[in-house]
Parts: sequence; structure tokens; C-alpha cells
Amino acid sequence: MWEMIIDELTYALQELVRSFVHFFPRLLAMLIVALLGWVIAYALKVILRGILRVARIDRLSENAGATQLLSKAALPPLTEVLSRFVFWVVWVGFLLLGVNMLGIVALQEHISRFFLYLPRLFAALFIVFLGSLAASFFSRAALLAAVNANFPSPRLLANSIRTVILIFAVSMMFEELGLAEKTIIVAFAIVFGAAMLGIAIAFGLGGRALAKQYLEKKFIREKQVENQDELSPL
Amino acid sequence: MQAVRDGLLRHFPRDRAVIINADGGSRDGTPELVTSASISDVQSFSNMYALRTLHCISTVYSGDPTYENALRTILAAAELLRAKACTVISPDSINIEPAWMERLLGPIYREKFDFVTPVYRRHKFDGLLLRNLVYPMTRALYGKRIREPYAVDFAFSGGFCSHFVEQHLRDDETVWPGTELGLTIAALAGGFRLYQSFLGTRPQLTQSADDLVPALRQTVGALFLTLESNFQRWSENGDSQAIPSLGPEFELSGEPIRVNRKRLYQMFSSGVADLEPVLKSILSPATLLEVQGTTKLGEEEFRYTDELWVRTVYEFAASFHKSIINRDHIIQALAPLYRGKVYTFLIENRDASSQEVEASVESLCLAFERLKPYLLAQWNVRE
Repeated sequence: MWEMIIDELTYALQELVRSFVHFFPRLLAMLIVALLGWVIAYALKVILRGILRVARIDRLSENAGATQLLSKAALPPLTEVLSRFVFWVVWVGFLLLGVNMLGIVALQEHISRFFLYLPRLFAALFIVFLGSLAASFFSRAALLAAVNANFPSPRLLANSIRTVILIFAVSMMFEELGLAEKTIIVAFAIVFGAAMLGIAIAFGLGGRALAKQYLEKKFIREKQVENQDELSPL
Repeated sequence: MQAVRDGLLRHFPRDRAVIINADGGSRDGTPELVTSASISDVQSFSNMYALRTLHCISTVYSGDPTYENALRTILAAAELLRAKACTVISPDSINIEPAWMERLLGPIYREKFDFVTPVYRRHKFDGLLLRNLVYPMTRALYGKRIREPYAVDFAFSGGFCSHFVEQHLRDDETVWPGTELGLTIAALAGGFRLYQSFLGTRPQLTQSADDLVPALRQTVGALFLTLESNFQRWSENGDSQAIPSLGPEFELSGEPIRVNRKRLYQMFSSGVADLEPVLKSILSPATLLEVQGTTKLGEEEFRYTDELWVRTVYEFAASFHKSIINRDHIIQALAPLYRGKVYTFLIENRDASSQEVEASVESLCLAFERLKPYLLAQWNVRE
């Protein structure tokens, strides 16, 4: 009886040692890949940071209003955000590659899905960046046009345009990421529809008298005064 | 047409002349009027005879009906015809006289000048963008005192025409705004011989508040744009010099006109407040602070000083050079500040005589010249 127990224990121990001997090189390989990945990711981060600084991407981001958004979210400048993002994506990629080398079947599918997901992640970030650029450009154009046309509340108009474009960009980003697509679409439709309905009601019913007064003042009386009193710049 | 033909017959009877109407597709009968014009119309009442042929051509140019496209057609025609001298008359110049032909073409034809710009009799509050920005800045940068750098009635020599077409029009199909100013600056930068001729009263154009931004694009935008290609030229120029002139260098009338100053001030102060995020990216913190400080003074005490205005304009020029933001947005952002300067000009010269108004413009010109190193510093800082 004792012999049988000892045999079984010996066998189990041998199996454990065999498994460990089999597993150890993989673990070592994973650690090497992780270390190598860290070095490569760090190098990429430094190179990218240098390129972005030469390209003066921070100024572009400042002009596009992205820096203000980042600082409101307590994040560093865009150059730092992008270079850190690339560092983490590359390093996590290498870590997952290392984990894949361990041969754990359950993890392999998730890892391959992560790599398939990366292009969508980059596309989503690109959409948000372009969206913030467009929001900044069009809101500034609206602000300038409204100020020069002596339109009331030009900042409100510019901020509304910026918000609408950013909402569009963020909803497109979520759609690209495939996160809660239906919820986002429904939420967007509700928010957008509600805003438009609110504006329509406010102008159509609540502010009818005010709108009438404003339009009369704007297009009838002021126009006459304008033409009478304006000086020729040339 | 009558005045042009009369002027050509009277002053250039021995020379072959071509009158070209660059038409943008008008339906008011202008092309027919030009082509059916007969020299005998003039001869019948003036008893003058042409010794050479006088051609009248009306041509429809391609593209949008803009002044730039029309001018391009005329420049191309003048070059193809190898014209010794060419004058361009704006369709807005309804008070044209036959003597204009001699005043514009004479200096080129007889005295070998290359570019003749006009001088007009204006109301003291007319053309304020020219007197408060375009003239002083052009004078400070290029060192020549051209009173009307944005000339709509002007003349040029064949040599200048070939130079301009070669440098600016060849292989360039894009329509560029502010060609009128571009021509003057090309003459200044190219070292051509310049001349000014007095043409009498400039007709008052009807303007509205909406016309300011296009006017800024055509003048200030064109001026800022040319600074880049002519950097070597303007960065080395010293003090300004007068250029030969026929007639008075300025003539201002002062009959009372109604101006809504309150509205100008209100648009300036609200514009500065609303455009703060835009102005922050264009102006230096010190200049922006000073501009914002003036809005707190109230309507009576408010003054946009010459020095502050010059620094503002130079910083806008440097920002335009570096495309800090979209260039058209930079030009648009200048509009409220210009209104502030105009308000100050109106207040300061409310009861001023034409001599006093001229002294005020001269003082601003000197400020632009004195602060030219500031523009160079800003230009280099923002490199």
C-alpha cells in the first residue's frame, strides 16, 4: 500500500518536474519577449516624441483645441499622450505575444482578438483627432463670422457647433470600436432629436415674440442704419 | 467710353491704341456699347482727328466675374500686344475725364516711368483702411510713399507688364484676391520707377458692415501674403521717400457725414471679448492685455493708440506668416480691432481740418516706420 502511495507521489513529482522543465524555457522566452518589447516600445516612444516635437504637433493640437480638452481631463500634452499610448500598445502587444508563447489555449483566442482589434482602435483615435480638428476649425469660423456680422451670443453659437461636431466624432469613435453600438446610436438620436426639438420649441413657441422682434430689428431697422452709417474702408 | 476715346485722341493722336472691355458676362449692353463705338462720335463734337487706328474690343473672360479675372485678361492682352503703356480703369470710376489718359499714360509714355498710381480727393473719413493700415504699412516696409497702394485706376509700362506676367501669372491658374495691391507691391519690390497722378474726386462707394471682411482680404490679406516672397526687399529698406507726383499728394474734404460711432465701439468691445481665444493665439500676451485694457476705459476715454495699433498689425502679419491658425481666420479676426482704430480716428479727427487729418496719418506712418524692427523681431521669433 505504502509502495503504491510512494510510487504515485514519485510519479506526480516527476510529472511536475517534467512539466516545469517543459514550461521553464517558455516562461523564460516570455520574459525575454516582454523585456525586448519594453526596450522596443521605449525606443519607439522616444523616436515618436522627437518626430512629433519636430512636427510641432503640440501647436496644432493647441490651435485645434485638443490641448485644452486634454488639460481639462488632467492629461499631458498631445505629444506625450500619443508617445505614451504607442509605448503601452507596443509593450502590451509584446506581453501578449509572450503570454501566447506559454501555450495556454484559453488565452490564445483573446490575444488574437486583441491584435485584430488594434487597427480599429487606431482608426477610432484618428476619428476623434480629426473630429476635434474639424470642431475647432468650424467653431472658430462660426465665431468670427458671427462677431463680424454683429450676431448676438457668438460664443454660444461657436460652442454649439463645436459640441455637435464632437458628439458626432465620439459617436463615430464608439461605432468604430464596436462598443455598445445600439446604445450609442439610440442615445445619440435621443440627445440630438431632443436638442433640435428643444430649439424648435424655444424659438417657435416660447420665443416667438422675441424672435419676431429680433428679426425685425435685425433685417429691417438695423439694415437701414447700417447702410446709412457705414464708412467705406477702401 | 467717350471720355477714354476723347482722352486718347486728344493726348495720343499719333499712337495706335486699343480699348479692351474685359467682360464678366454683363447683360447691360456694355459689350455692344464698346464694339459699336465709333471714332466719328468723338470727332463730331470735339473736332479731333486720329492719325492712327483706335481699336475697340470686348472680350468675355473665363471663370467667375471678378476684378482679378478681368485684370488677368487685360495683363495678358497688354503683353501679347507688346503695349508700350497700358491703363486700367475701374468700372466704378464713373467720374472719368479725358485728362485721366494723359495723367495716367503720359508719365509712362513720355517720361519712362513704369507704374502710375492715382491720388484722389476723398472725404476725410473715406478710405480709412487704406489710411490707417495699407498706406502706412506699405510705406514703412517698401520705403516709398504711395498714397493709394490699392489702386483701381492705374497705368503700367510694357516692361512692368512682362515682369509681372512672368513672375506672377505664368502657369498659375488660380485666382488670387487683391491683385490691385499685388501689382503695386510687385512694382515696389521690383524697383520699378513709380509715379502718382491726381485724378480728382473718387466716387463714394456704398458700403455696408458686411463689406469690411472682403476688403480686409483684398488689401491686408494680399499685403501680408506678399511679405513672404519679398522678405529680403522689405527687411533691408530704411526710411521712406516721396515719389514724383502730378498734382496734390492729398486732398481731403470735410463735409459732415453721419457715422454710427457707437456701433463701431460696441462691435470693437464685444469683438475683443468674444474673440479672446482667437486673439490669444495671434497676439502676444502684452499686446492682448493692452487691447483688452482699452475696452474697460468706456466709450469716451477709449483710444486705440498708434503704437498699440502698429504692434497689433505687425503681430497679425507675423502670425499670418507662420499660419498660427487658418490665414483667412487671422484676417477676419482683425476686423473688430480695425473698428476700434477707426473709432479712435473718428473721435480724434471729428472737428479736424484736412491738414490736421493729414498730420494724424503722417504720425501713424512714422509709428509704422519706427516700429519696423518690432515686425522683424516678431517675424524671427515666430520662425
